[in-house]
Amino acid sequence: MQMHSLSFDVSHTLAGGLVLISFLMLYQDRLYSLLNVFALHALVLALSVAWQAFIQDAPHLYVTAVIALVFKAIVIPVALHRIVKQLGIHRDIEAAVGIGPTMLAGMGLVALSMVLMLRVTAEADPLAREDLAFALSVVLLGLLVMVTRRNAVSQVVGFMSLENGLVLAATGAKGMPLVVEISVAFSILIAFIVIGIFLFRIRERFDSVDVSALDDYRGEHR
Amino acid sequence: MNSAVVISPVALQMSGVAALLVTAILAIALSRSERATAVIYGATLAICAAALFGALRALLGDAANSSTLILPVGLPWLGAHFRLDALASFFLVVVNLGGAAASLYGLGYGHHEPSPHRVLPFFPAFLAGMNLVVLADDAFSYLLCWEFMSLASWALVMAHHREPGNAKAGYVYLVMASFGTLSLLLAFGLLAGPAGDYGFAAIRAAAHTPYVAALVLILMLLGAGSKAGLVPLHVWLPLAHPAAPSHVSALMSGVMTKVAIYGFIRVVFDLLGPPNWSASVIVLFLGSITAVLGILYAMMENDLKRLLAYSTIENIGIIFVSLGLALAFQANGLKLAAALAFTAALFHVLNHSFFKSLLFFGAGAVLNSTGERDMDKLGGLIHRMPFTSFAVLVGCVAISALPPFNGFVSEWLMFQAVLQSPDLPQWALKIMVPAVGAMLALAAALAAATFVKAYGVTFLGRPRSTAAETANEVDRYSLAAMFILAVLCLLGGILPGLVIDALSPVAVEILGGRMPIQANEAWLSIAPIAESRSSYNGLLVMMFIAISASLTVFFIHRFASHALRRGPAWGCGFSDAVPAAQYSGASFAQPIRRVFGTMVFHARDHVEMPPPGDIRPARLRIELHDLIWEGMYAPIAGAVAVSSEWLNQLQFLTIRRYLSLVFATLVTLLLVLAIWS
Repeated sequence: MQMHSLSFDVSHTLAGGLVLISFLMLYQDRLYSLLNVFALHALVLALSVAWQAFIQDAPHLYVTAVIALVFKAIVIPVALHRIVKQLGIHRDIEAAVGIGPTMLAGMGLVALSMVLMLRVTAEADPLAREDLAFALSVVLLGLLVMVTRRNAVSQVVGFMSLENGLVLAATGAKGMPLVVEISVAFSILIAFIVIGIFLFRIRERFDSVDVSALDDYRGEHR
Repeated sequence: MNSAVVISPVALQMSGVAALLVTAILAIALSRSERATAVIYGATLAICAAALFGALRALLGDAANSSTLILPVGLPWLGAHFRLDALASFFLVVVNLGGAAASLYGLGYGHHEPSPHRVLPFFPAFLAGMNLVVLADDAFSYLLCWEFMSLASWALVMAHHREPGNAKAGYVYLVMASFGTLSLLLAFGLLAGPAGDYGFAAIRAAAHTPYVAALVLILMLLGAGSKAGLVPLHVWLPLAHPAAPSHVSALMSGVMTKVAIYGFIRVVFDLLGPPNWSASVIVLFLGSITAVLGILYAMMENDLKRLLAYSTIENIGIIFVSLGLALAFQANGLKLAAALAFTAALFHVLNHSFFKSLLFFGAGAVLNSTGERDMDKLGGLIHRMPFTSFAVLVGCVAISALPPFNGFVSEWLMFQAVLQSPDLPQWALKIMVPAVGAMLALAAALAAATFVKAYGVTFLGRPRSTAAETANEVDRYSLAAMFILAVLCLLGGILPGLVIDALSPVAVEILGGRMPIQANEAWLSIAPIAESRSSYNGLLVMMFIAISASLTVFFIHRFASHALRRGPAWGCGFSDAVPAAQYSGASFAQPIRRVFGTMVFHARDHVEMPPPGDIRPARLRIELHDLIWEGMYAPIAGAVAVSSEWLNQLQFLTIRRYLSLVFATLVTLLLVLAIWS
């Protein structure tokens, strides 16, 4: 009982930490810091998955944790750092909506996902319940990051933090086969590659990664 | 076991369809060559004649037993079912007779076609589609064939797509056809029920709740009615029918509308089980409105082919009234009266296919030799085109329901059915049916006036244009097609007993009752209920007309003065009347416009009088409104335009805004879930 309580508290803390880091991500208006926070986000995710592997006694989840750590916390942020450096956009301030309203909206989303999840999954295992609620918050906050940013790189980051929320949800439930996680990881990797190429193409053509350049190309003006 | 291989009648009909489809493909290959017109129309003529023979044999021979055929195409667990029963045989007779006549006409008319490659491939396909709709025996094949027929006819409407107005006609037709098919789809979905068996046999066997039956009836009125031209779903018909080449107009007006009626009969009488009397009220109401409004529109029209198209709407109304009567009698178990009304409807289907095809052929002949459809530019054609004029005269007399032609017989039978209405137990019907009968009488009288106008302005008087003055008689193929139909009109009028007896298997199959056998009546009389109540003898009437007319001619020539007098003709105050000063179509319609126009069309006459000293002539301008278009279709079109304009902005958002839309939708759905669960 004591063990259960402790494991519950730890995983709760990690999942809550993930939500908190999502908030941090919302707050960043420089790309480098955003990427750093994203790396932290992936690190906490990796810890959380590892802890789940430990308490569920499911060694294959360690693989997922390692994948999260290596790819999301190290490879992708480093690669994005390089991209930002190559493109010379590290000084851009690129939030489309002000920080204050964004934070307020984020709080609303967290409240919404808590209310919803705790009500919908009334009969489920309390550990999974909390975990799912946090995961939904992370997903929604990731979407909010995508919506409130103008820059393609930060939209990619928002998308990947959204994926982190999905992984959190997947590992919180017991008995999820490894295949799914690997496919999730690979889908992110592929998305990253595709979007990376996409960024360079935009850069080549428009000399900017601001997606509003695309709007100009389509004859639109905001 | 019989050693000879017996091919079932339905297989024979299906091979005809296959031959038509092959002809269509052949037409694509040949269409640019010189002789394509003769080859293709010759082939369709032969195939339609063979199919007509087969259908007649099926109808007159062993119509009681139907034959079925299942092809392994279509839905994998269902296949495509086809079935030939008495009802289908009758409608196949109508389709293939019209098809054969149109092919014969096309042999001559098709040579004047400026772009045959736009017509030739679709003509056999259209015929095949109509045959298939009638043969289909499951909902899936039915809808598929229905769409095939619609699309083939749409392609034919669009054959001359560069002419002004044709693109709009094609667009309106496409929209209305899609709407009709949607209604049919929903109707069959309801009929199939949750079990989802789309075979007609299963639908027929299933019991349908009154709620479903009422919904299906309304959907069929929308679906089949939009194809047939039931008011207020008729708007496409006067646009699309005239836009097609004339022999196709004849097929669309004379035959395709009948295929729609077949669909209505098949579902409402056959598949839906015993009818409810209240169903007949709505059918009677819509039918009578259609009849009167259709012919009023026709009366106001000055374009020959549009006039004919509007007259088709009137005839569809008449047929629906008769079907409504059959429903009313059938619901109350009055088998004999139901069979009478039903037979009258089928008889009128046959008759209308005869004379409407004939009249469209005549209009095509006029169009071919003068290049004009506007009646106010025609006139005096009886001198230049005597044979065409005679054939069209027969058609006009027949469609005006004058004896001894066929139109009179079927309308007379309908009135006999109307006179049975005191037997109906429901007071609503007791009161409504005579009123509907009065509407029918009004429509018949207006039809006569309309065709006096159409014939008089087009063929009599003096030519109003040089084109009319220099017109030439059309070729022999066209004339042959017209005269065959004219003879059929006369035969239907003087031998109605044969037709009624031939239709009795259909009535027995659908209603379980029939009219008395007419073959026993003396001298080709017909007696729909009993001879003591009413009977009609077309032969006698024709003899009377012929003898009295000859006698009158004889007496006039014998006893009138032979003295030759010459004097100035009284010119109604015009000393030197130009042809344009003749009675025109609009002036002929003026009294009727005065009576009905203010209410039905919001008609206004404006006299534009120039100020004193101005030498411009005064002008009379007539303002007519199509209230159904303006009140019903224009608002719908406006709403669609406004909303699409508004939604159009969604096409040009930024990526971030699209993401925001997705995000907002997700959050909204989650909120709904959070609040409601």
